[in-house]
Amino acid sequence: MTSSHPADAPGRVRRRKTSQLGDKIFFNAARGAGILLLVIMAAIAGFLAYRSALALSKNQGNFLTTFEWAPDAPKPVFGIAVLAFGTIVSAVIAMVIAVPVAIGIALFISHYAPRKIAQPFAYLVDLLAAVPSIVYGLWGALFLVPHLDGLTSWMDQYLGWTYVFDQTRAGTTPRTLFTVGILLAIMVLPIITAVTREVFRQVPRMHEEAALALGATRWEMIRTSVLPFGRPGIISASMLGLGRALGETIAVAVVLSSNSVLSLHLLDPGGGTFAQNIALKFNEAGSFGRDALMASGLVLFVITLLVNGAARMIVARRKEYSGANA
Amino acid sequence: MAKRIDVSGLSAYYGTTKAIEDISMTVEPRSVTAFIGPSGCGKSTFLRTLNRMHEVIPGARVEGKVMLDDDNLYGANVDPVAVRRTVGMVFQRPNPFPTMSIYDNVAAGLKLAGVKKKSVLDDVVEKSLKGANLWKEVHTRLNKPGAGLSGGQQQRLCIARAIAVEPQVLLMDEPCSALDPISTLAVEDLIGELKSQFTIVIVTHNMQQAARVSDRTAFFNLAGVGQPGKLVELDDTQRIFSNPSVQATEDYISGRFG
Repeated sequence: MTSSHPADAPGRVRRRKTSQLGDKIFFNAARGAGILLLVIMAAIAGFLAYRSALALSKNQGNFLTTFEWAPDAPKPVFGIAVLAFGTIVSAVIAMVIAVPVAIGIALFISHYAPRKIAQPFAYLVDLLAAVPSIVYGLWGALFLVPHLDGLTSWMDQYLGWTYVFDQTRAGTTPRTLFTVGILLAIMVLPIITAVTREVFRQVPRMHEEAALALGATRWEMIRTSVLPFGRPGIISASMLGLGRALGETIAVAVVLSSNSVLSLHLLDPGGGTFAQNIALKFNEAGSFGRDALMASGLVLFVITLLVNGAARMIVARRKEYSGANA
Repeated sequence: MAKRIDVSGLSAYYGTTKAIEDISMTVEPRSVTAFIGPSGCGKSTFLRTLNRMHEVIPGARVEGKVMLDDDNLYGANVDPVAVRRTVGMVFQRPNPFPTMSIYDNVAAGLKLAGVKKKSVLDDVVEKSLKGANLWKEVHTRLNKPGAGLSGGQQQRLCIARAIAVEPQVLLMDEPCSALDPISTLAVEDLIGELKSQFTIVIVTHNMQQAARVSDRTAFFNLAGVGQPGKLVELDDTQRIFSNPSVQATEDYISGRFG
């Protein structure tokens, strides 16, 4: 529609039209992407809900409290108690270990290490995030499991009174939820570190100087300026990591020796997680068994949504104290 | 409570760049000394050497001596953290801790120094906020975030925070440059009141402000771009603005450059 007129007044008008067109294209592309996201989410939820409903209608046991997973038996019985417990416990162990370590590494990179060391170090951490999870799984099974005996028997000896760290079957290989937790911690460490590091880097210089000028040491400065400012970022980063820990499949499947026992003795082998259970059973399952696995997937989906919602509420509750309105 | 500052042969560097060269001056206790000069002349850098804040910038260093009464701030065994507890600072842009309430902002310095007793903290917070002419405006909402105050109130909050730890010296780096005229007036009045207790050094771009608030004025200048800044002269404010002894000072204050 544009002709080869020289750039005069009408030309200027045409240019503005193009930019309006650009605005429109961009607006619609952005809106389309947003809508697409919602549609995909709804489609996943709808698909899972439909297949789950099929399975649940024929379940002879209580879906929430049953321990065993036998959907393809003549009298189908399956429940998520063990899976939910194992998923949450291993993810919690992972977060307890990973979050403090990740914050430490992030602070080291952003505030302690000289720039020459910080850059390659940060790169190294990012690289860890790119390692495929099956590699972590193999490392966990071939290295971590055989080498964790010392730690678990030490914990049994000195922390056994806590019940959770009591080994009732000493001498078994530690293919336990505890080991899975450690492995997951290592796996989620890079993502949490990378995000918190960026947040710590963005703490305004003037807030750090405010603390220093009051006579704060470097650690006190970090405590009064950097950590409070980075708090929402730390929570978001942890949620990203938690999401990965809750959904991790293959590494858990390789390491954990699963059974349908729900035990608070975390150092005893056994238990299971949602994703690991799906990966393990999917190939051998009949079509009804697959629907049952979908139902467990839906529960994982809901748990993840709840956790994210809770995290958002924590961040929003202290919004007026966030660094954003400084 | 106020101490005399005696600077001799002080130079400051950013990496290999010399920012200020060979500055010597005396700042009298219980008085307001203003630093004026064109941008880049090193007056803020010099101010930051007086509480060892200059060296928090990577690669920055200082040569020379700063005596606070009988103590050399750059002595071999001096902890910069201890120096900053004695020499307080207020910055160009109000920087209350955004994650803290008004109360916690004022109490922050004391808490860092290990004061935990609620009654002591309460007293100091009230006294400091009163000292910063802010008590009346905020005493009903001490638990609200400090970042919710107006710019001028935030700056007075920062002053309250600085004086809460009872420093010997108060450094102010263009404390009014981000404020409107009414808030500026409030801060200037406050400076006039605070000088009975503290030694105050203020960097300002506003020559009228220097003339209004200070007893002594130091004029800094640089020979050219990339050259280190130097102290041209330090004299009674009245003399600097009426009859300075150096031609460059007169040119600057009469608006012929800068």
